[in-house]
Amino acid sequence: MPRNGENELLIDINNLKLVYGEKASSILALDNINLQIKSGEFLCVLGPSGCGKSTLLKTIAGYIKPTSGSCLMQGKNIEGPDWHRGVVFQSPTLYPWMSVKDNVEFGPKMRDIPKDEIKKIRTFFLEQVKLAGFGDKATFELSGGMKQRVALARVLANYPQVILMDEPFGALDALTRDNMQTLIREIWKENNTTIFFITHDVDEALSLATRIVVMSKRPGKILKEFNVGFTHEIFNNNSKDVIYKEDYFAVKNEILDLIHSQIEV
Amino acid sequence: MKFIPQLNKEKLLSPKKVTKKSKVEKRLTVLTWLTILAIWYLVTELRIFSATLVPSPYKVWLTFLTILKEGYNGVSIWVHLGASFRRLLIALGLAVTTAVPLGLLSGYFNKIEAIIDSVVEFYRPLPPLAYYTLLVLWFGIDDKSKVILLFLAGFAPIYIACVSAVRKINQDYILSAKSLGADQKRVFFKIVLPACLPEIFTGIRTAFGVAYTTLVSAEMVAATSGIGWMVLDASNFLKSDVIFVGIIIMGITGVIIDAGLRFLEKKIIFWKGHV
Repeated sequence: MPRNGENELLIDINNLKLVYGEKASSILALDNINLQIKSGEFLCVLGPSGCGKSTLLKTIAGYIKPTSGSCLMQGKNIEGPDWHRGVVFQSPTLYPWMSVKDNVEFGPKMRDIPKDEIKKIRTFFLEQVKLAGFGDKATFELSGGMKQRVALARVLANYPQVILMDEPFGALDALTRDNMQTLIREIWKENNTTIFFITHDVDEALSLATRIVVMSKRPGKILKEFNVGFTHEIFNNNSKDVIYKEDYFAVKNEILDLIHSQIEV
Repeated sequence: MKFIPQLNKEKLLSPKKVTKKSKVEKRLTVLTWLTILAIWYLVTELRIFSATLVPSPYKVWLTFLTILKEGYNGVSIWVHLGASFRRLLIALGLAVTTAVPLGLLSGYFNKIEAIIDSVVEFYRPLPPLAYYTLLVLWFGIDDKSKVILLFLAGFAPIYIACVSAVRKINQDYILSAKSLGADQKRVFFKIVLPACLPEIFTGIRTAFGVAYTTLVSAEMVAATSGIGWMVLDASNFLKSDVIFVGIIIMGITGVIIDAGLRFLEKKIIFWKGHV
């Protein structure tokens, strides 16, 4: 299914190296990262904990600057955070002093979009994350999964070029997580967004991604990339049966072996 | 069979007990005060101390009614209370409007903290009355010196609360706001300020307590009006019933104001504890 604007190079990371801290106590977090993210992709990053996945996300978001190498978005250096790259954190950072509605409207408001348009955007995305009717609730009245859906709607409301997600479903229970995966897949398909998604769950990565990047233990390097399409099958068949197939297991085992080889016992 | 649902019910109710005072606890509070009153009554009834030193509850009540009706030394009690609270409110108003921005800025920028913090840390542990004498010399014995004294007493707790509030703020709030397109100014007003409000409020409540005690002491040192002055004047003439009335009024107004502040806090910072 070729889509409009697909394969356009969105994020271009070249020879990225990232060192934390000063000379004596410095830590090499990322080394020699080369990664391209094309529009329309659903890119999942897997790796042992502490491998620098989050550091990579923060660099793309613009929260930290590369020590050397470059991190470009549409050919321009990423200088700092901006609304073209939306971020969903592991714990939903909803602002408790604002209602659900105001949280979702925050981005468009910051960009001084006309009021009636903000209202339309808010209604649309609250509906898309299946929270229509929850607009006036306080954020702390919601369950964990609902909070994460608001966080997602809040990011979507800005129509970012790419959404960066840092283990967004990591703190949710298995059932909620399953529903959230279906939801994010539908939204990705429907809105034709680009998603950069960190997870430590191989099945989550396989069932969502169009491409999977496996990272090594620290210093984080990219070990291998996998192009997969199970997410399309799950979407088209509206069933997760594909995860019982031979080729799914083959990829899963290869990825697991790769990750296990990185974990020191 | 009958016992099981009862046990369950108790289990369900128990978390409520932690947050709200149960009936038993309320009764205990009331009982404490009744005991205090009873002991007071007995002490005066048995004439353990002379009536000039410890007046009976009834006499204090009568004095209270007279003071309400006729005032003290011909000046209405409301004038005294008004004088005290005028000083307190002006000083606290000044303290809030200066300490909140300075405290938040100090939390934000280390350079501003380097300028202000050491000064606050130096004078904060000093008993306010120690420098009150200086303030009286400089600004006269009138309201000006008292307002400045209370301002200084109230400034420190608010300032310190603001600095620590900014330090403790969840960094992800700020990062996510930036990623949603907020500029520096909006991050400050839409995110940093509301996120700090709970601690600012705690600071204001502490400041109120400190300023109130300082106010009464200051009025006892040098004043011609105010509730503290009334008590001091009464002690000069050994009117212990007036002293009792004065102290009880101070206690009750303090409790009422703190309750008012807490009520405001609940309304404004309804989300407290959910950050």
